[in-house]
Amino acid sequence: MAIIDCKLLVIGAGPGGYVAAIRAGQLGLDTVIVEAEAHGGTCLNVGCIPSKALIHVADEFEKATHFAGESAIGISSGKPKIDLKKTVAWKDGIVKRLTGGVGGLLKKNKVRAIKGWACFVDGKTVEVKTSEGVETVRAENVIIATGSKAVELPFMPFGGDVISSTEALDLASPPKNLAVVGAGYIGLEMGIAFAKLGSKVTVVEALDRILPLYDKDMTRPVAKKMKSLGMEVLLGAKAKGAKGKGLEIETKDGEIKIIPADKILVTVGRAPLTEGWGRENLALDMDGRFIKIDDQCRASMTGVYAIGDVTGEPMLAHRAMAQGEMVAEIIAGENRSWDKVAIPAICFTDPEVLSAGLSPEEAKDAGFDTITQVFPFSANGRAMTMEAEDGFIRIVARKDNHLVLGIQAVGGGVAELSASFGLALEMGARLEDIAGTIHAHPTQGEAFQEAALRTLGHALHI
Amino acid sequence: MGEYVIKLPDVGEGVAEAELVEWLVDIGANVREDDVLASVMTDKATVEIPSPVEGKIVWQGGKVGEVMAVGSPLVRLEIEGEGNVKPGDEPVPAAPKEPPKKEEPKPKADAPKPAPAKAPAPKTNGASSPMPAAAMRPEGEKPLASPAVRKRAAEAGVDLRRVMGGGPAGRITHEDLDAFIASGGETGARGTGLTRNMSVTETPVIGLRRKIAEKMEASHARIVPITYVDEIDMTALEDLRAQLNSDRKEGRPKLTLLPFLMRAMVKAVADQPHLNAIYDDEAGVVHQHGAVHIGIAAQTPNGLMVPVVHHAEARDIWDCASEVGRLSEAAKTGKASRDELSGSTITITSLGAIGGIVTTPVINHPEVAIVGVNKMQTLPRWDGQEFRPRKIMNLSSSFDHRVVDGYDAAVFVQRIKALLENPAMIFIED
Repeated sequence: MAIIDCKLLVIGAGPGGYVAAIRAGQLGLDTVIVEAEAHGGTCLNVGCIPSKALIHVADEFEKATHFAGESAIGISSGKPKIDLKKTVAWKDGIVKRLTGGVGGLLKKNKVRAIKGWACFVDGKTVEVKTSEGVETVRAENVIIATGSKAVELPFMPFGGDVISSTEALDLASPPKNLAVVGAGYIGLEMGIAFAKLGSKVTVVEALDRILPLYDKDMTRPVAKKMKSLGMEVLLGAKAKGAKGKGLEIETKDGEIKIIPADKILVTVGRAPLTEGWGRENLALDMDGRFIKIDDQCRASMTGVYAIGDVTGEPMLAHRAMAQGEMVAEIIAGENRSWDKVAIPAICFTDPEVLSAGLSPEEAKDAGFDTITQVFPFSANGRAMTMEAEDGFIRIVARKDNHLVLGIQAVGGGVAELSASFGLALEMGARLEDIAGTIHAHPTQGEAFQEAALRTLGHALHI
Repeated sequence: MGEYVIKLPDVGEGVAEAELVEWLVDIGANVREDDVLASVMTDKATVEIPSPVEGKIVWQGGKVGEVMAVGSPLVRLEIEGEGNVKPGDEPVPAAPKEPPKKEEPKPKADAPKPAPAKAPAPKTNGASSPMPAAAMRPEGEKPLASPAVRKRAAEAGVDLRRVMGGGPAGRITHEDLDAFIASGGETGARGTGLTRNMSVTETPVIGLRRKIAEKMEASHARIVPITYVDEIDMTALEDLRAQLNSDRKEGRPKLTLLPFLMRAMVKAVADQPHLNAIYDDEAGVVHQHGAVHIGIAAQTPNGLMVPVVHHAEARDIWDCASEVGRLSEAAKTGKASRDELSGSTITITSLGAIGGIVTTPVINHPEVAIVGVNKMQTLPRWDGQEFRPRKIMNLSSSFDHRVVDGYDAAVFVQRIKALLENPAMIFIED
């Protein structure tokens, strides 16, 4: 087969890779992208998008359940039923539309997409195993965007009833008993969704708290909701292995017991995909388990870039997309480097948890003299009308010049506020900028303005 | 639960106050018995104040740099069991500078609305921002700019770290960037790498630095110095020193110039005892000392310190050498005691190793004389028939002219010169 020569080769068509390829195409670079599966990577196929679809269904189902009989808001209806097969089919339809859309965008921008598995021969040459044989691609520049995969527990490998989030999105029916190992955001998002769909969910976490990346004030409303959904959370407990239709665990007190589980969902983190694509044929410096990059996403070999999950935390699609866009522009000759102030992070739990910039603790550790205040949704009219009074918005700012360093929120639907939080941080807003911006009434966003006012010492509605 | 007050203890004889130089624990910290709470500095020695009890710090009696009276409350602790402050007891004087922090009520969804929060609000409004308009960015701080400004800067090759931010909180606006480019501001393309540094660093003068400042001020304000410089031919002494060093017994220190100079000074002040003296200018009395306590000015990581070799008149050259070695090490590592840092009657200062031909040493008040050593170098000197290479060193000495006349100063220096140029005389009893 003929050798394909190009200016840029992107390996992996996840959110980092496909964005890099689209932008490169826009800039007129001769670009090839290689992907073994459907376009869109983890995010579109088995991550962000399908899980949000399932969570939406779970929320709707919970509402309907809530209305069965009497409800405080006056609606009553019959007991709802769920046909999860139909849910999955609907979800698959969304995924298909999106992945197909990515394919269309790549095509529109004249990116050549090859379906197959790429393996480096050297820093400029990649062999791609396609269904029709091996193709060789030679490129001036290569972007490694291979992503990450779910971490497997050695004593309880995936298979059968031990599943990762990928399989959890394709179940035929909600498991009667679901054990979730790991109380990080993926475990809790899925666990809460299945609890709403009627599963009896037990979460097993080795640490002594849920969502360990967030402070206790932020996780408390989530823990409260989980309790009301009848979820059991075993903290300080270790999973030992699958035992029949159950999960053997060692509790905090050292007691060995078996919790019933038709499915065991293991969500103990994600690992960068650094093997299987010929890394051994390159001389890449590593940064722990990740590929080491500089502030232009350059790896340690000339013309080799890496973006996304394979380059480190936070493993978030929007970080990968921003990196991909930047690298395409760098390769096109533009002067760019990583200059982002904040990468907001969201847990689509119930309620949602959102953090952008520095937490009060992080700001202190970074040496800032800070002021910080929260504004609770219990004092926000719109939150009351949506039955979403749990949670708050919190702002951390520098004491000397009131520059906003971080914004956090917990509450129903706060994920959408990430846009204004990110904008405020990226624009270098001071507390006075947020306090002086009219926030439409009645919205949850008013709590953002009030949090700024309160940090300045003159909140109006509390 | 009780409250326990720790007062600033008597940290040295005749010390009425001490400067707080470091807090080792913060408010809210739990301390155990013997944990060090703070360092205070008296005269020149630093003393650590340990906690006699176990408890939690709830109040601190001063800020770093503050001078506190002995006996004034230093910290208040919350302890298990009974404290040493009973209700009705003498209250702790002075309102706490920082009231114990009041926790803001945390929002609880189910709880009634928290009362209006009286947050300690820094008063600000749009017009008077807490930062000056065209703020200078402290070194190392990231430039603040919107993504659009950042992008334009990148395209223009401007490093935003070099651009002053005129916006709120020092934000760099499009106008700032325009002005920078219009003024021909250094862009990446030119890349001279040279930039104007607009930083101003404020360093509070505290601790040892303040002590030094006070000493220097006292010296300058009171003393009328006369400085006298002469050159000394060190060739013979250097030969002798080399000989002594190469033949020295095991365990003996290597000799530097200092012990020779010290012994020469002991001899010189024997002839002119009023130069080895403390002038109490308030009482109008000069105290001539029989003992020759020689201060040795030493540079330490924290600044100038003057450890003292006591009773140089009773030490031979080897003893002087080992004592100088021991003291300078102690001073450099901060382990010198108060006694080792006080009591000098005359002082030596040496910047010789660095270079310089003349210095005007500042007299270590209330002493009346200081001898400064300059750099030794090999120079041609006329011996009557020809130029010969000689090891020449200047001695720059200052004297308090209020009580020492120029004539006396000259006689003293000439005596030391004679001794150093004929080193055998240093070792001969008069």
